[in-house]
Amino acid sequence: MNVLIPSQLRDYTGGRAHVEARGATLAGLLADLERRYPGIRFRMIDEQDAIRRHIRIFVNQQQARDLGAALAANDEVVIVGALSGG
Amino acid sequence: MPKAKTANGTPRPASGPVTLLVGTRKGAFFIRSDRARRSWTLAGPHFLGNIVNHPPAFPKAAPGEKGLSVEHVFWLTPGHSSEPGAWYAGVSPPGLFRSDDGGVTWEGVSGFNANPMRIVWIGGEQEQGPPGGATLHSINVDPRDPRHLYIGISVGGAFESSDRGETWRPLNQGVAADFLPVKDPEYGHDVHCMRLHPLAPDRLYQQNHCGMYRLDRPGERWERMGNAMPKAIGDIGFPLVLHPRDPDTLWVFPMDGGTVWPRVSPDGKPAAYVSRDGGRNWRRQDKGLPAKQGWFTVKRQAMCADARDPVGVYFGTTSGEVWMSASEGERWTSIARHLPEIYSVEVAGR
Repeated sequence: MNVLIPSQLRDYTGGRAHVEARGATLAGLLADLERRYPGIRFRMIDEQDAIRRHIRIFVNQQQARDLGAALAANDEVVIVGALSGG
Repeated sequence: MPKAKTANGTPRPASGPVTLLVGTRKGAFFIRSDRARRSWTLAGPHFLGNIVNHPPAFPKAAPGEKGLSVEHVFWLTPGHSSEPGAWYAGVSPPGLFRSDDGGVTWEGVSGFNANPMRIVWIGGEQEQGPPGGATLHSINVDPRDPRHLYIGISVGGAFESSDRGETWRPLNQGVAADFLPVKDPEYGHDVHCMRLHPLAPDRLYQQNHCGMYRLDRPGERWERMGNAMPKAIGDIGFPLVLHPRDPDTLWVFPMDGGTVWPRVSPDGKPAAYVSRDGGRNWRRQDKGLPAKQGWFTVKRQAMCADARDPVGVYFGTTSGEVWMSASEGERWTSIARHLPEIYSVEVAGR
């Protein structure tokens, strides 16, 4: 599925805003992103598997609250990161 | 007052240009000098807005339990000289981590992080500590023994381990904690900066939220060396800098610790204070600094010394200025301005 990466994490994706990744759940998708772009998951998810407070993840425009959210192959995932400075 | 006992031979002064590493809220800068330390060149920023890739992390909590999450890495200290590649990291919320591969991977020091007393020492996870959050810092490794460690926590106090961090004991006797309701508490103090002199490892200095202290081990009771500071200036501040070859010489940079704690130079007149006798007497050093309306704030990691002779002393302000003295504080010169908020200033390869 298509995943939109926020600008502050595009160093991990070679500058690409849109990337392809797979997963039956949000946890699976993030694991796949981590395999493709090592280090990117910890920037979004803390060591207790909580979504970091400055990160929002939307699946088909609905906010996902935890990593157990189910995903389908055609879902659109948008990751948004808060930037400092308003 | 006895002179500090020197455990090792005094190192020769360094020579050649100095490279300053300046850590800011928005990235890292280098400032390089010529041989005479008269001319300085700024380069950077590096890592603008970026975060390192393999930071320390607390272990995942068991199901149903609440685990800790590293908010940020606050402090880094190289390990003992016999352990190349070893580093310690202090994080917020207060936690201690160790790397044995130069910082590529990190392991929690469970003797502290999982210590049942940790939560008691730091006053609960809700304790906010300083504005950036409660944090573990001032990691000091005894140059005679890699197992012997000291740490400072804001808030929590000073702690000592003799077994590489497996067990810890509070080391706060004599230190004021006048923000606590308890008189002479065993822990809960607010260490701002604590440094052990590598040439006299039984000598510890501490800049605390409640004054400046000195401790000569195996003594247990800190002595308030800040009592010798002028009353109008007080003994509140953040950094504390040691002379690389004289354990009795140190610098501080006092802040206004008045009723509302503005944390700026008292009366808008910035100055360092130096002691040449282990904190018994202090002398003001303000030549070259603004004579008035200079409202500097200098954070605990934003002041340092080089190893030249005479020693160069450096500090950075939260308003993005870097100042240096090539004369051990006798005269100050501005070497960089308009940087982002400065968190740390360190001499490379001292």
